Amino acid sequence: MSGKAKNKNNDIASLGEDYATKYGFHDPVDYFHKGAKGLNHEVVEMISRMKNEPRWMSDIRHEALDIFVSKPMPKWGSTDMLAEIDFDNIYYFMKPIDSKKDSWDDVPDYIKNTFDKLGIPEAEQKFLGGVSAQYESEVVYHSMKENLKKQGIIFLDMDSALREHPEIVREYFGSVIPAMDNKFSALNTAVWSGGSFIYVPPGIDVSAPLQAYFRINAENMGQFERTLIIADKGSRIHYIEGCTAPVYSSNSLHTAVVEVIAKEDASIRYTTIQNWARNIFNLVTKRASVYKNGTVEWVDGNMGSRLTMKYPCIQLLGEGARGEILSVAFAGTGQHQDAGAKVIHAAPNTSSRITSKSISKDNGRASYRGLVKVYKNAHGTKTSVECDALLIGDNARSDTYPTMEIDNDQVKVEHEARVSKVAEDQLFYLTSRGLSEDDARLLIVNGFMEPFTKELPLEYAVELNRLLELEMEGGVG
Amino acid sequence: MTDNKTLFEFKDIHVEVEGKEIVSGVSLSIAPGEVHAIMGPNGSGKSSLSNALMGHPSYTITKGRASLDGKDILPMAADERSRAGLYLAFQYPLAIPGVTVANFMRAALQSHRGKDADMSDFRKLFKAEMKALNIDLSFATRYLNDGFSGGEKKRIEILQMSMLNPKMALLDETDSGLDIDALKVVSEGINRFQNNEKGLLLVTHYQRLLNYVKPDQVHIMMHGKLVKTGGPELALKLEELGYDWVEEELKAGAGA
Repeated sequence: MSGKAKNKNNDIASLGEDYATKYGFHDPVDYFHKGAKGLNHEVVEMISRMKNEPRWMSDIRHEALDIFVSKPMPKWGSTDMLAEIDFDNIYYFMKPIDSKKDSWDDVPDYIKNTFDKLGIPEAEQKFLGGVSAQYESEVVYHSMKENLKKQGIIFLDMDSALREHPEIVREYFGSVIPAMDNKFSALNTAVWSGGSFIYVPPGIDVSAPLQAYFRINAENMGQFERTLIIADKGSRIHYIEGCTAPVYSSNSLHTAVVEVIAKEDASIRYTTIQNWARNIFNLVTKRASVYKNGTVEWVDGNMGSRLTMKYPCIQLLGEGARGEILSVAFAGTGQHQDAGAKVIHAAPNTSSRITSKSISKDNGRASYRGLVKVYKNAHGTKTSVECDALLIGDNARSDTYPTMEIDNDQVKVEHEARVSKVAEDQLFYLTSRGLSEDDARLLIVNGFMEPFTKELPLEYAVELNRLLELEMEGGVG
Repeated sequence: MTDNKTLFEFKDIHVEVEGKEIVSGVSLSIAPGEVHAIMGPNGSGKSSLSNALMGHPSYTITKGRASLDGKDILPMAADERSRAGLYLAFQYPLAIPGVTVANFMRAALQSHRGKDADMSDFRKLFKAEMKALNIDLSFATRYLNDGFSGGEKKRIEILQMSMLNPKMALLDETDSGLDIDALKVVSEGINRFQNNEKGLLLVTHYQRLLNYVKPDQVHIMMHGKLVKTGGPELALKLEELGYDWVEEELKAGAGA
């Protein structure tokens, strides 16, 4: 491990590399199974059969495919970019190896090396309670510490969960996000593969975070992981996910569905740091249901991708439930981050806080799209929304689309939106102290992101700052 | 001053802001160990002069030259001027949210020492300088100038000066916004910094800072020009009589 630790320091020291060398490499792979491009009922049936699924799941898939086909593309976000997606030119299922492994030694070298480069085994050793590593459509490595297993915590890839705990999966799958919800939740439901399943028994506090890492390797790949997290009464868990992909000239698609359920007094924090290559369409649906006095926090970092459309949602369904969404987005050249948040207050005395921070650089575009809905019965609701946008360069763009639907008058609502430019005066202040203009700009950007990075485990905060440095490289075009 | 060495010198400096000339041909020569003061009413061009000399991109030097230690500084960007040993304590230091004073200071010092230079002495040095300026250690982890009072910001400016240890420091209205105790602490900081190798240029509206930091020469700036030079007694006269008499003298001179 000491060798790896040294590598990490080198990584931090060699802050000049770009995405292509650091994350954008790809492995030549002989896939165990690689289907044909395109999507139809045969493909759906093939996926279900390869996974040896119960009939009820196949039925859900087929029905979802019909919904996907029948629903129009979204009319918001970037319709131009969405039109670039060629659904016939995508692989919907690729199985890299015959079965997932519980030891890195059993994972083929080319895949293990990938995750080594990404620092996953190292993080696992250092501070994680469990790790799941997905490569294309399936999880290739999965492991959880013994003491967590003994406490009755279930942490599995979704395919295994369906085999080992079909009754729980059947009860909750699609209960928070039905296939009908939107075109992309339908797509995911039809062709889902991999993802994480977590069940935390009542009263258990999972002290070490569990992490999943999603890696797309192939060109024109579609990755459709499905994640379901259930925290039973009074339990507590922190789940972290990370994502990267190689740089290709043609597009790939990442369409996940994440359903999160916090029962009475339970607490879930879900942290995402995604750093997709700029040819990835990232269209993800994430939603949490929170019951009495429960808490859910989405900590959502969006870097990379061509287009991201993602609006983590929290439904506060029990009295005293609390939700927090902290979302950051970085949009560089040719990118559009259409990110936001939704909170539904459907019970009395619930509270929520949305903090959205975005950076747009060059001709990048970052949008905040948000909804706060307070139902008639939700008296005593407290909610605050804060949107903060930073523009770098004269062509950068930021938009804010906040919506508030409030059907109760005993409600405390705060909303604040700010757009600022990296001001010449700020840059001058820092450069007059000897910092180069690039370093000064990076310092301002890091400072802007501080409220987010301080919520991350140290290792991730370091990584995020490093990613920002890569994004900021080469000054302003 | 008999010393014929020159530390910092500028000649016939003209400064434009948004196309309008604010400074119209200002010259000054400062030898090592000297303290100069430029005094003038609001709008006389004092701050524009110091910003332009430090390299603010909005303040264009249209004519003139300036050198530090014999090196022409005008082709240099602000960061290069800083690393060459020039410092400007700002009249209104800006807040940089999310960046702690300690992290900023470390980055600034690192830029002066070089990317790979050893910084193991940083904490000790930083703490000692904070203590000397009577700055609570909690400021190290606060965001730079974010929510600081006027006096706190000025102290942080002097802290930065002590840490970066420039050859030549321009202090722009460093005394404004300070109560008498803070003024003493800040003045002590300035005096501790100053020695026979360094130069100081105090830009100020009032003379009260000059009670604590003794200038060798006092220059009066009006309408973008240095119109009068004298010793410390000139500052006292301004304190007593204001700037009107200078204006009168100028008019009389122009009419003559």
